[in-house]
Amino acid sequence: MMAEDYKLVDTPVEQPLSMHPKKFALWLFIVTVVMIFAAFTSAHIVRQADGDWLIYDLPTMLWYTSAIILLSSVFMQWAYMAAKKDKLEQVKLALAITTVLGILFLVGQVKAWGQLVDNNIYFNGNPAGSFLYVFTFVHALHLVSGVIYLIYMLISSYKYKVHAKNMLNMEMCSTWWHFLGGLWIYLFIFLLLNH
Amino acid sequence: MATAAEAHIDVHGHDDHHDHDHEQSFISKYIFSTDHKTIAKQFLITGIIWAVIGAALSAIFRLQLGFPEADLGWLRPLLGKWISPEGTLDPEFYLALVTMHGTIMVFFVLTAGLSGTFSNYLIPLQIGARDMASGFMNMLSYWFFFVSSVIMLISLFIETGPASGGWVVYPPLSALPEAMSGSGLGMTLWLVAMVFFIASSLLGGINYVSTVINLRTKGMTFSRLPLTIWAFFLTAVIGILSFPVLFAAALLLVFDRSFGTSFYLSEIYINGEALPNVGGSPILYQHLFWFLGHPEVYIVLLPALGITSEIIATNSRKPIFGYKAMIISMMGITFLSFIVWAHHMFVSGLNPFLGSIFMFLTLIIAVPSAVKVFNYLTTLWKGNIVFTPAMLFSIGLVSVFISGGITGIFLGNSAIDIQLHDTYFVVAHFHLVMGAASSFGLLAGVYHWFPKMFGRMMDARLGYIHFWLTFIGIYSVFFPMHYIGIAGFPRRYYSFTNFDAFSGFTDLNMFISIAAIATFIGQFIFLFNFFYSIFRGRKAPANPWKSTTLEWTTPRVPGHGNWPGEIPKVYRWAYDYSKPGAEDDFIPQTVPFSQTMESNLPHENDMIALEKEMDAEEIVVHEAKH
Ligand code: HEM
Ligand SMILES: [Cu+2]
Repeated sequence: MMAEDYKLVDTPVEQPLSMHPKKFALWLFIVTVVMIFAAFTSAHIVRQADGDWLIYDLPTMLWYTSAIILLSSVFMQWAYMAAKKDKLEQVKLALAITTVLGILFLVGQVKAWGQLVDNNIYFNGNPAGSFLYVFTFVHALHLVSGVIYLIYMLISSYKYKVHAKNMLNMEMCSTWWHFLGGLWIYLFIFLLLNH
Repeated sequence: MATAAEAHIDVHGHDDHHDHDHEQSFISKYIFSTDHKTIAKQFLITGIIWAVIGAALSAIFRLQLGFPEADLGWLRPLLGKWISPEGTLDPEFYLALVTMHGTIMVFFVLTAGLSGTFSNYLIPLQIGARDMASGFMNMLSYWFFFVSSVIMLISLFIETGPASGGWVVYPPLSALPEAMSGSGLGMTLWLVAMVFFIASSLLGGINYVSTVINLRTKGMTFSRLPLTIWAFFLTAVIGILSFPVLFAAALLLVFDRSFGTSFYLSEIYINGEALPNVGGSPILYQHLFWFLGHPEVYIVLLPALGITSEIIATNSRKPIFGYKAMIISMMGITFLSFIVWAHHMFVSGLNPFLGSIFMFLTLIIAVPSAVKVFNYLTTLWKGNIVFTPAMLFSIGLVSVFISGGITGIFLGNSAIDIQLHDTYFVVAHFHLVMGAASSFGLLAGVYHWFPKMFGRMMDARLGYIHFWLTFIGIYSVFFPMHYIGIAGFPRRYYSFTNFDAFSGFTDLNMFISIAAIATFIGQFIFLFNFFYSIFRGRKAPANPWKSTTLEWTTPRVPGHGNWPGEIPKVYRWAYDYSKPGAEDDFIPQTVPFSQTMESNLPHENDMIALEKEMDAEEIVVHEAKH
């Protein structure tokens, strides 16, 4: 039915508010993730106010994983700045370290669950404990996507596709990774204050 | 000068086109298409199919409510074991019917079918873009919706029946598979389908927002956007902020159902035996659900209001009254919609003090809503009204929006809501203000943009018949429900024959059922008109409604990329209808002020200099390219 297929002749003309649509979409996606965790944490607050709330110690492991995720953000930033200056070897190294730290973080979170279980806090007990599992689990799911993105970037960097003239993916990857780190720190502080 | 540059680009465009000419396969053209227009049509057709299913379900439960003693044995070929050997409807299946009717209508028809169709179709065409920001994400959005639809459809046919806890799926009913048969596999499928649905909505919404912000053509400032685009934009913003919360609520529900957690469950006895769950709170679910649920009703309504603004202005041949006020009130509605959710929970054990705060906030929503109504009426006032079917449905929307909005103000008062909550009064309220209003908006949109979508006209005479049947039908169904509700009839009851108090309203219930089924049958006129006109309708002229917006500057059947040459530039707002001094009674957005000296207002004459600048810039940019 369609008469013909026009080639997309011109790229969109510059606009006052313009940003690369993909980057913009990533920010919107971040908003949705923020809303999920806003819902979880406000549910936590509402539920806690109802009473019958179990008080327990947060797994010590979470301190270590928080440190790891902060450190990984530093290396992510290093990778980003190195790419901007076309220092490709540094990019590879920094990306590799970030990836490893990301995986370490995930391992640490699982260890933290182990500590919880040792402490007799199970997923299906008092909601106080269940919430911790939900926070860490849903955050970890998102972090897995970040690790996959990092691995993808690492492969691209070996194919010389990450450099000063091709920063879109690097920018998006670092935005996403810093966001995931920041999200965890928010959750951790929230738990410290409210558990 | 400018025209020379344009001509040059035109030629260039065509060269480009020939280089890349390729035959698209059937699959990439009609099925896994990334063209926003095709995706819009996919949403529309899927939405129509769902609307028929959803309405058919309501026809069945209206039969039960209107004629509780009737022998429904003839439905056995369709419903099988849900009809008892005595020919009566299974009470649990009645609950399944209302649940699925609500879910289908709210989410699948009036969210996906409405936003999915018109945001997709109109955003690129009205802002002057080749396509959405990401065609691929857009395609995914449809196919997630499709998967969601298939799962929800399957749940209708399983042994234990679909979800039955109401469209709001409150726990503990929905959390405990042993609570009712619909809370078993049916509920699981409901949750899975909704997860796909949420993913689809978010992909769509993210795309709509980034397209509107990033891909507007030259000259298309925010203050020149048609109100349709404003409405779709704000709808998408609401969706992005509220659907993730539904996701969170559903996830916790999944954990309660399948992993033994107690987020929503506490101290429950089933058949005298205590469940292990302690410490949960079902109210928590209500908070999370209505934090989406209330914004959701505006997700459903706002696109319809946007469509109506456009159609009413076009067919009154007048500029929309209070363009800025319309935008501000839509923004107000967007904001307020997030802080009124607890008006659905006045009698759920909410702290009464909190209740009065939510009552206050709720009643404030009436203000922007009233501003919009006022602006519609003043736009119509003394207009040269052209009664197209789309226009009739738009006026109909204003009418039902008023009737339903007024009852909203009743319900918003917590003291009155104690009496009216969960009665047919609420059913009447939201069917008029949401169900009918949004459906009217959807139908108006289809009648209005059908010529662009399919290059052919729908039959107007059938459209008029369809309108009057629907309009009279809707009022006959929902107006009497107010009385039934005030009399205390609770919603979601299978039958009222066992209560003496309710014996007085049997006739009214019968009347409602007859009206409902007649209205349902009336919709087949529309279906016939729609499908027949796709293939056989009269060929549409380029601009059948003499409209100012950009979509009417495309070819009769636009291809992928929308405009064969350069994207048109925009010089004015979308509502220059019947401008004093102008030759025609409309001036398209693409006509510069320098060509309409006879009708320009003083400040518009000042714009001419800016126009020149904009055109000059264009030339510089293109010369730099070569
Ligand atoms: C003047 C503005 C409005 C006010 C003050 C208002 C108020 C209310 C209140 C207080 C309720 C709860 C009744 C109860 O369950 O006891 C309610 C229910 C409802 N309203 Fe409104 N409303 C307004 C406009 C709207 C609009 C514009 C829509 C949709 C487009 C809408 C859709 C609904 C729906 C769907 C329900 C019922 C949900 C359910 O329980 O299944 N309302 N409204
Ligand atoms: Cu509401």
